[in-house]
Amino acid sequence: MPAAAPNAVMELQRWALIITPAFIIRKPEQSIHMTIMKRLAATAAASLLTFAAVAADISGAGATFPYPIYAKWADAYHKLTGVGLNYQSIGSGGGIKQIKAKTVTFGASDMPLKPDDLKAAGLLQFPMIIGGVVPVVNIKGVAAGQLHLDGATVAGIYLGEITQWNDPKIKTLNPKLALPATAIAPVYRSDGSGTNFLFSDYLSKSSPKFMSAVGANTSVQWPTGIGAKGNEGVANMTTQTDGSIGYVEYAYAKQNKMSYAMLSNKSGAVVSPNAESFQAAAANADWEHADAYYLILTDQAGAKSWPITGASFILVYKQPTDPAAVNEALKFFAWAYKDGASMAGELDYVPLPAPLIAQVKKTWTSQITSAGQPVWSGK
Amino acid sequence: MAIIDPRHAAKQLIYERIFRAATLAAALLVLLILGGVTVSLAGGAWPALRHFGFSFVSREIWNPVTDEYGALAPIYGTLVTSLIAMLLAVPTGFGIALFLTELCPPLLKRPIGVAVELLAAVPSIIFGIWGLFVLAPVLQRYVQPWLIAHIGALPLIGNLFKGPPFGIGILTAGVVLAIMVLPFIAATMRDVFDTVPPMLKESGYGLGATTWEVIWNVVVPHSRVGIVGGVMLGLGRALGETMAVTFVIGNAHRISSSLLAPGTTISSSIANEFTEAVGDLYTSSLIALGLLLFLITFTVIAAAQALLRRLERQGSAAI
Amino acid sequence: MKRRAVRKAKNAAFLSLSLVATMTGLACLGAILWTLLSHGLAAMSWRLFSQMTPPPGGQGGLLNAIYGSAVMTLFGILIGSPIGVLAGTYLAEYGRSSRLSTVIRFINDVLLSAPSIIIGLFVYEIVVVHMGHFSALAGCLALAILAIPVTLRTTEDMLNLVPVGMKDSSAALGAYPWRTTISVLYPAARSGIVTGLLLAIARISGETAPLLFTALNNQFWSTKLNAPMANLPVVIFQFALSPYKDWQDLAWAGALIITLTILLLSISARVILAMLQAERGSGR
Repeated sequence: MPAAAPNAVMELQRWALIITPAFIIRKPEQSIHMTIMKRLAATAAASLLTFAAVAADISGAGATFPYPIYAKWADAYHKLTGVGLNYQSIGSGGGIKQIKAKTVTFGASDMPLKPDDLKAAGLLQFPMIIGGVVPVVNIKGVAAGQLHLDGATVAGIYLGEITQWNDPKIKTLNPKLALPATAIAPVYRSDGSGTNFLFSDYLSKSSPKFMSAVGANTSVQWPTGIGAKGNEGVANMTTQTDGSIGYVEYAYAKQNKMSYAMLSNKSGAVVSPNAESFQAAAANADWEHADAYYLILTDQAGAKSWPITGASFILVYKQPTDPAAVNEALKFFAWAYKDGASMAGELDYVPLPAPLIAQVKKTWTSQITSAGQPVWSGK
Repeated sequence: MAIIDPRHAAKQLIYERIFRAATLAAALLVLLILGGVTVSLAGGAWPALRHFGFSFVSREIWNPVTDEYGALAPIYGTLVTSLIAMLLAVPTGFGIALFLTELCPPLLKRPIGVAVELLAAVPSIIFGIWGLFVLAPVLQRYVQPWLIAHIGALPLIGNLFKGPPFGIGILTAGVVLAIMVLPFIAATMRDVFDTVPPMLKESGYGLGATTWEVIWNVVVPHSRVGIVGGVMLGLGRALGETMAVTFVIGNAHRISSSLLAPGTTISSSIANEFTEAVGDLYTSSLIALGLLLFLITFTVIAAAQALLRRLERQGSAAI
Repeated sequence: MKRRAVRKAKNAAFLSLSLVATMTGLACLGAILWTLLSHGLAAMSWRLFSQMTPPPGGQGGLLNAIYGSAVMTLFGILIGSPIGVLAGTYLAEYGRSSRLSTVIRFINDVLLSAPSIIIGLFVYEIVVVHMGHFSALAGCLALAILAIPVTLRTTEDMLNLVPVGMKDSSAALGAYPWRTTISVLYPAARSGIVTGLLLAIARISGETAPLLFTALNNQFWSTKLNAPMANLPVVIFQFALSPYKDWQDLAWAGALIITLTILLLSISARVILAMLQAERGSGR
């Protein structure tokens, strides 16, 4: 048990408090023995209240997109420093809501908030990690990386226009692949999700019809298909349902050995999702001139770019109510930028480039303050 | 125990007053809880209801981006899944009650009765994961294709069974709910059948009626009130069920004519979306859904309780 | 003659249908328990009771979740059952036939069957919003509210079963109702009230929906009551819907633990009730 041992004096005082009344408040028929047994039970209950919790000092909630790497980092950081990070992967929408309600130390969202929204809420956002959203399929006989799709076709599937896997539009893109006549079951995010934002943004850019019918946001009205909660839910549902197509962050597809599809990017090349193609997409990003780091990396130019790349952001208050907790969180993020990069690489996330990290740290020092002093202790 | 001492008597009276007050307070707390629930739900739902007015219950749209919400899809899902559950569970429960009271050898009566009631003790989340991992694949691979091929081809009723076999959806949710409410209905009906005076049944047999005829013409009319009460209690349970349904309903805010399509119910919408609802109107709309569910289930359960109480009074009067 | 044959055939048909119905019901129970046992037992190990919930892909157990559920159930019962017992006492002793009691009994039965997610919403509105964060305390309150109707109903029923003679003897000796209740009725109805407690525990230990917006969840060990606390049902909810095999195995193991606990409690309640009825029957 990881709990810190309570102070011995406190312990004695507590015992005294509990045993003494046993001699006063008891039924005449009841023996002292019975009363003490009952009080012992009460002690056990009372001690649960006074034990100090050691772990879970930093609380965060939000995007499921970066959750696999956040969880890995949290585990390693906890082993290293004993400080725990309790991250609830409830979707970007949830993260935004919880940080606005001040129920967590930081929020996480894959959809960057617009600078005006940030200013109105008193929040600061900065990118933490870059990853890619990949379409995953469950078709008998089709393995990972075999299926080739493009934005317009995927938009057609999710609009309900293309309903079977052996549709001519899909066949043209995959002349050598044997596609069965199975019905397509599109799976989408039923919760407020940054992954959903990235995916719908890409489809909107690829299909004007999709843009006007559905649009791009953390939560949209999908015309057809099944809803699932979180990246986890979509991965699970797609694995379970025959003939389904879904969209998940690449780490989920990799960890669960799912069949991902290749996409055609803006330059017309067919790319596979991996750290290299995510990095190519992120290479053109102009972070220095992005107001409040508001940048969307979908459908970037470049022969090697993966079309559905995105950064995942952290949201904290510029003037936090609990500066100590925010400082702990920032220390964790600083550690993650430096020592967590290799772990991120294992899961095919792209760590931020060094100049961007330096820029972010400068933002921390200058913009996150409490009583005029920067909150971050600089380590 | 001597009470001649007046001081002692006075103390006893004080204790009596305190005890009585404490028990009354606890009893009033029950009323307070119900009142509190109603008030807090109504208060939370007010912004959405005021903003949308009646259109809240008549529109299907559920769009968090444009902040437009309509409860029609969840209401439809709740009602249809509960209806399917009742259609499947009531005859089965009736059959089980019939078996337990008439056909079952006395030795097996207790164990089978206990087994059916144990089904009621299983927490609803277990039904949910069982439904998702065991029932849905079976339905997707075997049952749904059969339904689509054979019944989907029929003219009118075929529209109910069209569309790709997802495995999950409204029908699956209805089946899971049916299994959930089955023990309640079976147990209530069995208890009600047991209260029929043997004299009445013997009279029927004496006239030469078969077992089924006695049951259908004597036992059922006699237990009418109890049967309806039990069914409504089961219905109330099915309407409010969250976890069993959330896993298998498909989370789609859409109304489809096909039972094989995904949908949503009020409780699963709230369970899925509440912690992430951004914006006052979104949260308020979800609470408004909760208020609607509360009103629907309150009505059904209150009516069921009233019926069952009438039965209790009738039963004790007959004795 | 023909009509008789038709009647006999109908009789045979419907009776065999009822047999089929019973078989179906038992088959469903069997299928669920079988799945639960086969998946759950496969995932059982001592790790479950000694390690915390792991990150995805890691090895771990369910210790914080089991602890959280135990704590919240305990406090839920501690808060809810005294209220239920006292209220049941009021209805049985003081409010036999008053208008107020009829209303309270009615409302109680409604609360008994009310959807638990509504209770969760209620506690969210009055506790979580005001505290500003999720907490185990809010979870305990939600569970307490769910425990009250069960304990109220059983307490009232059990107190009503005590022979009137015992109450009269006590009153004849000059005891006030409070004295009679505490010294005579509670001991006499002891096993019945305990049954009510067991049933209440069984009811609230399986509830998920009310904990979703009150206690939330916590992947670490936490004993603070004013912070989110891990609990089995929400952990099962999260892990079962995930694509990670380790998490799904843990979900099944947790489901098995909950189901066995609740079945044990329900069976114990039954056994105690049966003993109670046997006692009564053997001439008191």
